[in-house]
Amino acid sequence: MATSTNGAAGAQRWKEMSKPEVGDWRVKGGLAQMLKGGVIMDVVTPDQAKVAEDAGAVSVMALERVPSDIRRDGGVARMSDPDLISGIIDAVSIPVMAKARIGHFVEAQILESLGVDYCDESEVLTPADNEYHIDKWQYKMPYVCGARNIGEALRRIGEGAAMIRTKGEAGTGDIVHAVTHARQIQADIRTIQAAPTEELMTLARDYGAPYELVVEVARTGKLPVVNFAAGGIATPADAALLMQIGVEGVFVGSGIFKSDNPAKMADAIVRATTHFNDPDMLAEISRGLGDAMPGIEANKIPEDQQLQTRGW
Amino acid sequence: MNGNASSPVQGQPRIGVLALQGDFAEHIHMLDLIGINAIEVRKVQQLNEIDGLIIPGGESTTIVKLLHMFDFVDDLTAHVESGMALWGTCAGMIVIARELADPYPTPINLIDIGVARNFFGRQVDSFEAELNITGIEGDPMRAVFIRAPIVQDTGDGVETLAIVPAKADGTPEQAVAVKKGRVLASSFHPELTEDTRLHSLFVDLANEARTDSSRVSHTTEETPSTV
Repeated sequence: MATSTNGAAGAQRWKEMSKPEVGDWRVKGGLAQMLKGGVIMDVVTPDQAKVAEDAGAVSVMALERVPSDIRRDGGVARMSDPDLISGIIDAVSIPVMAKARIGHFVEAQILESLGVDYCDESEVLTPADNEYHIDKWQYKMPYVCGARNIGEALRRIGEGAAMIRTKGEAGTGDIVHAVTHARQIQADIRTIQAAPTEELMTLARDYGAPYELVVEVARTGKLPVVNFAAGGIATPADAALLMQIGVEGVFVGSGIFKSDNPAKMADAIVRATTHFNDPDMLAEISRGLGDAMPGIEANKIPEDQQLQTRGW
Repeated sequence: MNGNASSPVQGQPRIGVLALQGDFAEHIHMLDLIGINAIEVRKVQQLNEIDGLIIPGGESTTIVKLLHMFDFVDDLTAHVESGMALWGTCAGMIVIARELADPYPTPINLIDIGVARNFFGRQVDSFEAELNITGIEGDPMRAVFIRAPIVQDTGDGVETLAIVPAKADGTPEQAVAVKKGRVLASSFHPELTEDTRLHSLFVDLANEARTDSSRVSHTTEETPSTV
């Protein structure tokens, strides 16, 4: 069988698999549609998961260490212990996500077996494969993947991802790269939309993106799946900024449980994501939250220490 | 059918979609396909401007919390009691139920049904099915069930519109669409398909609400400042 990293084969496969009568594409992407306008929060214990659910999170990401701790500790970051993930699944009624290493399809198989509702094939963990991402069509469990531009987003969708998020620079509390990636994806979409049809194949080549998906973006003017922001969101204003730029919801990693008052910060970010376009509400929401997470200026992190450059 | 913006004088019902969280954009798109220019409802005052409200799919715990947080519950209840049309899809159905099988969250009780959340299991158990629905002519509807709830029990006057048949593993048939008066609830997501028939049915309910003279006077009393 052709690998899904071959543009043409990946696109053909996407076209085939995304037909409602063939695969689970609509129910996979459909769950992401239900999460829109919501906040997905990183949690490391069942108690934190309850705090997140009580604050109005639409989903939680179960992991052993939040990205800022992974960044600080160094070493190899892997899938979390199944005991931890199951404990969190049992603690809440909202959907539970968990991370597998890039290319580590056995970690993914384990997560699917645990009943995880969405798998994040994530650059926050140490990649298991330098060349290949997981063939995500093989699973009933849907996938979310990080992207910095349209090519990366459409490659992941070609491999079967049913949801995209910006990569940003996880664990920094610095929003700058999430903003860059969200804007880049939008700029690329505008380029595709403005191009005459005879230029689309060349754009597909330049982006390294499946041709059929480039054609789909030209037709609809948006990604074929839901697009959230992630990587560095630390305040209600950060969440609202990304929503105004045009993402459909936000992931908050270290930003909640590394802040002074996690329950209050969680609640405020949920409110801000709903009323992202209302400055008076945002002013009210932003009052008296205590300190946000301690940050690291992402632009000062050398490229070889950035998480966003993992995967391609 | 026409694509003109709705206007009370022209005789189209005014429809809002609760836009606190969830797939409200998909509902607005479906209504647009049948010539209805629906509004995103984010503030409770907007309930005064509409004949029908859709509570979309989303996370029910989140939507219930946001309804309380932004003071929707009392006014929404008053509007529904006075005859506004209401439709909850999936999470929306959970939100408007009388009670849930789980202890959490507490629904806001706008239709006399008991609901079991995530009845079919987790996301990997989500599915599509062909459904025959009372009041929908023609072919069955393709229904998308995502971590879907079911209606466990119904009170007086609640009509069951659709069921998922009993399964080979012994799971009995389950009610997945119900209606009482102008309040509609469905476990599945017509807004994720191209089939607008259930949306048309809801527009008819909202139109009934628009032309209901008893309701109009009630609404006027409630909001004397609105012109």
